[in-house]
Formats: sequence, structure tokens, C-alpha cells
Amino acid sequence: MGERLSDIWVYLAASPLLALTMTLVAFQAASWIHVKAGRPALLNPVLLTVAAVVAVLVLTGTSYETYFEGAQFIHFLLGPATVALAIPLYRQFERVKRSAFAVAASLLAGSLSAILASLGAGLVFGVDAASLVSLAPKSATAPVAMGIAEKLGGLPSLTAVFVILTGILGASLGPPLLSLLRVRDEAARGLAIGTASHGIGTARALQDSEVAGAFSGLAMGLNALATALLVPIVWALLF
Amino acid sequence: MLPALTAILLCQLAGETIAAATGLPLPGPVIGMAILFLVLLLRGSVPTDLGQVGGALLANLSLLFVPAGVGIMTHAARLEAEALPLGATLVLSTLATIAVTGLVMNRLGRTGRRTDG
Repeated sequence: MGERLSDIWVYLAASPLLALTMTLVAFQAASWIHVKAGRPALLNPVLLTVAAVVAVLVLTGTSYETYFEGAQFIHFLLGPATVALAIPLYRQFERVKRSAFAVAASLLAGSLSAILASLGAGLVFGVDAASLVSLAPKSATAPVAMGIAEKLGGLPSLTAVFVILTGILGASLGPPLLSLLRVRDEAARGLAIGTASHGIGTARALQDSEVAGAFSGLAMGLNALATALLVPIVWALLF
Repeated sequence: MLPALTAILLCQLAGETIAAATGLPLPGPVIGMAILFLVLLLRGSVPTDLGQVGGALLANLSLLFVPAGVGIMTHAARLEAEALPLGATLVLSTLATIAVTGLVMNRLGRTGRRTDG
């Protein structure tokens, strides 16, 4: 019986259906738990879903590559969704224009803070050299961060992990931190979350308001550019 | 629905093409976002079906990060070995970035429609 079950699993795992269904079921269960628990910051749905899927893959001895063959159909939609961020940005454009200088100044300050704080904290806490380079661009969206890390001798796939973890941390801890600091302006909240934690943060900001989502999406795009320009300069100056 | 989805994919394709051709340090979809934004600006409004398709994608944006997130399992050994220093670095730097950006924008970006606290 056990053997038959594992045969069936191997058969199903070879088609995209299992990975897709597992991801959707886990995500909806995670969202349900998140809402039922009163939306606590640390029970972030992305975090819960990733933990559940990793647990199933490890327990069944399924490789990430096998999972991703199916899950890539969900992954693919990230591109179109990023393009679609133009829609809230367009709807909020009047507001963005009015605060163009503030956006530019905050973004630059935030982008530099992200790079310096990751390198500084990394050095203080003694992470190893390969991890350190891979940490520097982690607030930028994944493809940009991976490209930067690769150019400086880091590990792109490790950078992708840091980017995702930074996204989850920013999305879950960002809103309570901003409330604690009395930052109540939706534009400032969105900009802060998007600068620090790219698309995952933007997904969270969109749940609060279209204003926060628009500023977060804008910050994600601008910080991709700022990080690509700033990390090599900071790295050359420091090391 | 199809025209809207096609328009979004065309913007992304144009973005990927520009990224590959120019070597700009931006991913194709981010350039695609800028292109769609310019098109909307020229057009002066968001077509209804584009608003619906875009809204559906963005409403589920978190889900789309799950497949990449599961990739964490491929670096389990390093993450375990360096769990504490990496965890502390990630938490501190992320909080610092959010605090700096939010506070600067809050100070400079008063757009007038905000209740002061």
C-alpha cells in the first residue's frame, strides 16, 4: 500500500498539476489562517505557504527542480503583475507628481540605508564573505539584485533567498514599525515598504490602499535602478 | 480580457527587449511597467478590461512569490550554519531601511491631505 502511494506520488509529481494545486491550496489555507488569527504580522501568508510547501517537499523527498517545473506557471505571472503596477501608479500620478522631490530624496536615503545597513550589520554579526556580497543588493527586486551580486562575486541564488526573506520581513514588520514611528501618511508608508522590500512589500501595501500600493510599486522600480547604481560604488569605496 | 492580457504581455516583451538590447540595469518587467505607464499617460485613462485584469493580478501578487520563495530550501545548509548572524542582519537592515525611508518621506512629503498625529 505504502509502495503504491509513493508510486502514485512519483507519477503525479512529474506533471505540473500537483505543484500548482499544492501551491494554491497552501496559499489559500495560509491566507485563511492569517485572517482567522487576526492578521498578525509574523503569520505572513507568503511565509506560511513557503514553510508548508517546503515541509511537504522535504517529507516526500521531492526536489525543488521538480516542484518548480509545475510552479513556474505561477512564477511566470510575476512579470505581467509587475507591468500591471503601472495601473495604480497612473491612477495616483497627480499625487506622485506633487511629491516628486520628497520621493526622490526618501528613495535615495532609503536605498543607501539598505546597502549600508546590510553591509554594516553583516560585518558586525560576522557573516562570511560570500554571504556579505550577496546581502548588499537584497532590497532590490530579485532579477536586479541577482545581477548585482553576480558582478561583485556573490552567489545569485543566495541573493534570491535574501531578497525573498527581506520581502517577507518588510511586508510583515514594516506596517507595525511605521505605525510605531507615527508615519501615517499612506504615500510615505508605501514608499518605505516598496524601497525596503520590493514586490512582496508592494503586495502588502496594496492591501492597505491604492495610494500605498502605487507609491510602493514606484519605489520598487526606482530602487531597482538606485541599487544597481549604488551597490558597486559603495562596495568599491569600502572594500 | 484577452486584449488587456495581450497589452500587458506586449509591454513586458518590449521591456525585456529593451533590457537585453541596452544592458540597462533594470529587469524587463520593470521597464514594461514604465512603458505601460507612459501608454496610460498618453491615452488619458485606464481601459475597463485592463483595470480588471491588472486588478486580478495585483490582488494575488503575494501568491506569485511562493515558487521563488520555496527556493530557500536549496540553501538550507548555509542558512542553518549562519542562521543567527544572517537573521539579525536581515531583520536590522530591513527595519532600518523602512524607518529611514518612511521618516524622510513623512517629513518632506506632506501633501496637504493628511491628518497630523
